[in-house]
Amino acid sequence: MYQFEFHRPKSLAEAAALLEANEDAKALSGGQTLLPTLKQRLASPSDVVDLSAVPELKGISVSGDTVTIGAFTRHVDVAKSAEVAKAIPALSQLAAHIGDPAVRNRGTIGGSVANNDPAADYPSAVLALNATIHTNKRTIAADDFFKGLFETALDAGELIVKFTFPVPKRAGYAKFPNPASRYAMVGVFVAETASGVRVAVTGAGPGVFRAKEIEAALAGSFSAASLDGVKVPSAGMNSDMHGSAEYRAHLVTVMAKRAVAAAG
Amino acid sequence: MTAHTGIGAAVRRKEDFRFITGAGRYTDDINRPGQAHAYFLRSPHAFARIKKLDTAAAAKMPGVVAVLTGADVQADKVGGLICGWVLKGKSGEPHKAPPHPVIALDHVRHVGDQVAVVIADTLAQARDAAEAIVVEYEPLTPVIDLRRALEADAPQVHPEAPGNLCYDWEIGTPKSEVDATFAAAAHRVSLDLVNNRLVPNPMEPRAAVGEYDRGTDELVCYSTSQNPHVLRLILCAFILGIPEHKLRVIAPDVGGGFGSKIFCYAEETVCVWAARKLGRPVKWTSDRSEAFMTDAHGRDHITKAELAMDANGKFLAMRVDTIANMGAYLSTFATAVPTYLYGLLLAGQYTTPQVHCNVRAVFTNTTAVDAYRGAGRPEATYVVERLVEAAARHLKVDPAELRKRNFVPPDAFPYQTPVVVAYDSGNYANTLDEALKLADYAGFPARKAEAAARGKKRGIGFSAYIEACGLAPSAVVGSIGAGVGQWESAQIRFNATGSVFVNTGSHSHGQGHETTFAQIVSDRLGVPIDQVEVVHGDTNRVPMGMGTYGSRSLAVGGSAIMKACDKIIEKGKKIAAHLMEASVDDLEYEHGIYKVAGTDKSVPMAQVAFTAYVPFNYPPGLEPGLEESAFYDPSNFTYPSGVHIAEVEIDPDTGITTIANWTAVDDFGNVVNPMIVEGQVHGGIAQGVGQALLEGAVYDKDSGQLLTGSFMDYCMPRADDLPSFNVGMTHTPCPHNPLGVKGCGEAGAIASPAALMNAITDAIGTEIQMPATPEKVWRAIQANSSAQAA
Amino acid sequence: MPTVTITVNGKAVTREVEARTLLVQFLREHLSLTGTHVGCDTSQCGACVVHVDGQAIKSCTTLAVQADGSAVTTIEGLADGQTLHPMQEAFREHHGLQCGFCTPGMIMTAVDFAKNNKNPTEAEIRQALEGNICRCTGYHNIVKAVAAGTAAMNG
Repeated sequence: MYQFEFHRPKSLAEAAALLEANEDAKALSGGQTLLPTLKQRLASPSDVVDLSAVPELKGISVSGDTVTIGAFTRHVDVAKSAEVAKAIPALSQLAAHIGDPAVRNRGTIGGSVANNDPAADYPSAVLALNATIHTNKRTIAADDFFKGLFETALDAGELIVKFTFPVPKRAGYAKFPNPASRYAMVGVFVAETASGVRVAVTGAGPGVFRAKEIEAALAGSFSAASLDGVKVPSAGMNSDMHGSAEYRAHLVTVMAKRAVAAAG
Repeated sequence: MTAHTGIGAAVRRKEDFRFITGAGRYTDDINRPGQAHAYFLRSPHAFARIKKLDTAAAAKMPGVVAVLTGADVQADKVGGLICGWVLKGKSGEPHKAPPHPVIALDHVRHVGDQVAVVIADTLAQARDAAEAIVVEYEPLTPVIDLRRALEADAPQVHPEAPGNLCYDWEIGTPKSEVDATFAAAAHRVSLDLVNNRLVPNPMEPRAAVGEYDRGTDELVCYSTSQNPHVLRLILCAFILGIPEHKLRVIAPDVGGGFGSKIFCYAEETVCVWAARKLGRPVKWTSDRSEAFMTDAHGRDHITKAELAMDANGKFLAMRVDTIANMGAYLSTFATAVPTYLYGLLLAGQYTTPQVHCNVRAVFTNTTAVDAYRGAGRPEATYVVERLVEAAARHLKVDPAELRKRNFVPPDAFPYQTPVVVAYDSGNYANTLDEALKLADYAGFPARKAEAAARGKKRGIGFSAYIEACGLAPSAVVGSIGAGVGQWESAQIRFNATGSVFVNTGSHSHGQGHETTFAQIVSDRLGVPIDQVEVVHGDTNRVPMGMGTYGSRSLAVGGSAIMKACDKIIEKGKKIAAHLMEASVDDLEYEHGIYKVAGTDKSVPMAQVAFTAYVPFNYPPGLEPGLEESAFYDPSNFTYPSGVHIAEVEIDPDTGITTIANWTAVDDFGNVVNPMIVEGQVHGGIAQGVGQALLEGAVYDKDSGQLLTGSFMDYCMPRADDLPSFNVGMTHTPCPHNPLGVKGCGEAGAIASPAALMNAITDAIGTEIQMPATPEKVWRAIQANSSAQAA
Repeated sequence: MPTVTITVNGKAVTREVEARTLLVQFLREHLSLTGTHVGCDTSQCGACVVHVDGQAIKSCTTLAVQADGSAVTTIEGLADGQTLHPMQEAFREHHGLQCGFCTPGMIMTAVDFAKNNKNPTEAEIRQALEGNICRCTGYHNIVKAVAAGTAAMNG
């Protein structure tokens, strides 16, 4: 790891100021991706801004048809939240299977979504559930947020404060983990929402994306059987020693069926 | 008391307290006053010429003590790393042994090859400075693929090894005779097999600390070694040119080895050399990424294997042609692994009268390949047991039945195979029957039908393995090229108050010697087990020994301990006889008590020991003290055997293979601690399952980059990849060692890959190569169903 | 250099550290608590698991400065003198370790798991160990040990 200055701001304003003051500063949330990156000397931030003491980023609440989750909410807290489990059980299921227990005890939803690792779980939920991303500057619709491999709509120094998830009629998530890293090789989040069926796929491509073929098939009937024979094109999907693009495309349909079955 | 802790008891391990409380002492836990840290700059290229190497800027970085290169190594007359097994090829000429510099000179030959070492006050400073070293490379086209390496126009890894050929070796029945048998045989089966390259990955990465005492001119090397004396011998006599009595090698707690810590590597060599050169202790600890690039890998064969049978399925001959990867350089025992540790096991448990095996070993621009748990024997078992299962399918005979038809019968031992070795003892059909019962083989069709109803493909597969371990008569291994003897040492040293040191030349890095060896001594000498201290891993505290590998510790090291116990008992008898005023000839001895036959007179060992050190009432002319050494050189290998049965269920939608049941019945002869032995079996199975299902080191075939360079991409077996195992045992004692024991450490890894791949083939009806990744399995199922549709 | 105050195994310690110091380096190198191990560099193996404020975390993926003000428990802090913690005792009784290198992380993970799962199935135990790699035992006896240790802790 290279040297850096460490900061632990006590408010959102202070955190934002630190990040804006230096373009080589990095925000540190749970650190489960950032620290491995720093250890391998793949990044050399001048300053690391720890968000753990920023009160505005914390907390889970459900009111009416909306679940609100603060950016600095750890996976374990989402997984164990009775409120989340009641409102969007698929979301707590997803959180309960990210990484391993020790990773879930530190990793946060804000860190995961802001990093937008193409194999992360949360982006699929955010996109499929049509969540809104609230930053310290604006709100961003999920459809406008993810920009491909590790890229998002966030500006430099902009921080995610919280997510609001509209409660869907039903939703489910199924993933095929990479056998080595246990990241999603293909993860499919299906949701029947007020604005129709939304299906988001993570792991299979260079970034999370909506699977139109699956959405179209489920729009007719939200059942696993309606996905029989539905093929998702493999063009543009990741291909590596763990799985070819063709295999990943096949798995998208398989996982979509399982997610639909899980949605009940 | 000894009834509960002696031979055969599942004694809880003496060593565990320190490990479960965080008080273990591994090499990286050792810090010496004034210590500096070494960081190696490594080649990013698989093959390149070093055009320029400029360390001047790095040397000026904060905290840097020295930046050392291959030129410095050469200037100090430090020799290259060695291969300690001289293999003679078909033509009688020794294997090609190209130079293996400790730090690269003009060329780098694999990704991770050492280019320079920075030694600095802190590791972070050393790593910072390494980035300031300027290296200009002229990249060369590497050769990665085994077959490609043998092609006429392939890039040449070493000028000393034309055609990238290290050796061309054969063993067994003359090829022409085998060919004639094949030509006339009623049935033939043939398989092309890949034995995938594995990365050993003990959880403790390698580490070393070198320290020099100017006053005494003594060097100490703390090292994660499985065999500290052999490391000392190699470092002193072959590389550094220092007398053996001036180097002390200490291998403290070692966190697993599996073969990868047998060898003498560049890094410990540098730590010792630099410690003397710089007058400061020098420490190096591998990180996992370095381990992937520099720990010797395992396996990596491609093989064409054929079996000829008569009309009744009796095996007539086997023909095996293998290409084995040596990597870029020869590791310490690399040449022996795909030859004597492989070809000699190709008869398996069967009476196959003719076996011919040819092995060509090649150099490639990859990490060196050497012994990894099983070392050659898993590869042999994989060949034999995949062939036998293919034969059963070909003949439409039950695979258990076909094996029974061909087993060496129990009355045929010692059994001379056509590939040099003579098996000591075994009862193969008995072990198979036990396994069939434990696996409920009779119930398999019903389980398969039930799985099919759920849309899953269920398969069952066998592996009946034979192993030769507990290396072995020194004269024999010497005659086939070994550079060191294969005996083991033991020293039993009583203290006056009755407690005992047991100094062993073998080394424990997870095997539980501190318990097993203590059980033997406690049982033989009647000393309470908590009064027995097993000492290992320090060349200054224990006699010269060979260390631990090849499932040899109990069979060879334990036998040495038995011999030393016998000597103690003999001497003690004279003291006891004197104390009881009886004739030595009238004394009986059992579990630490000397008795005068036919009387109630007795003297315990503790009193004998005390008397030996306080010899006031003592046999005239007898030396005081109670301490004996013994060296044991076995008269043969031991030949454990067993049957593993894998039962799998495959999800045709994803290709994921789930292990539904695993049954292992092993015959290790007598067993000292069944709990520890079962643990060895479990661990071996997990590594074999890893090979068959999950693991495989993958290089980019063009660039030679290691694509599986971390746990993110190299798939280690985890708890949820595995089931609990059904482990059973049969006991056919080894007839030629005093404990009647056979080795157990490698068996699981030897047996399991074939069992698992046979089960997968049974489930999907197609041969695929290891590792059976979900995509490979899925594709095979797809190909099958479209073939059936067509 | 930043100064951190961390309560380690019940004792508050204050040290100056470089910001880039990992918690595991702080424990091993600054406090000589070498029971916590490093087995990989990609946060996969779990040999470094310790408890921060009662929860299992990977100390190789946490900065010492992040733990400032927290309470850390390492494997050295688990036993009460010579009296082993029930999970330690279970690992010994069930031969849940061989070389011992993964063991501290394994035990620390298991203790946190047992606090939150009173009566787990074998499958749940195996899943809970997903972030801890062992190369020796094939996990068979570790799973038995965790089951027994969990029962003992909740008994």
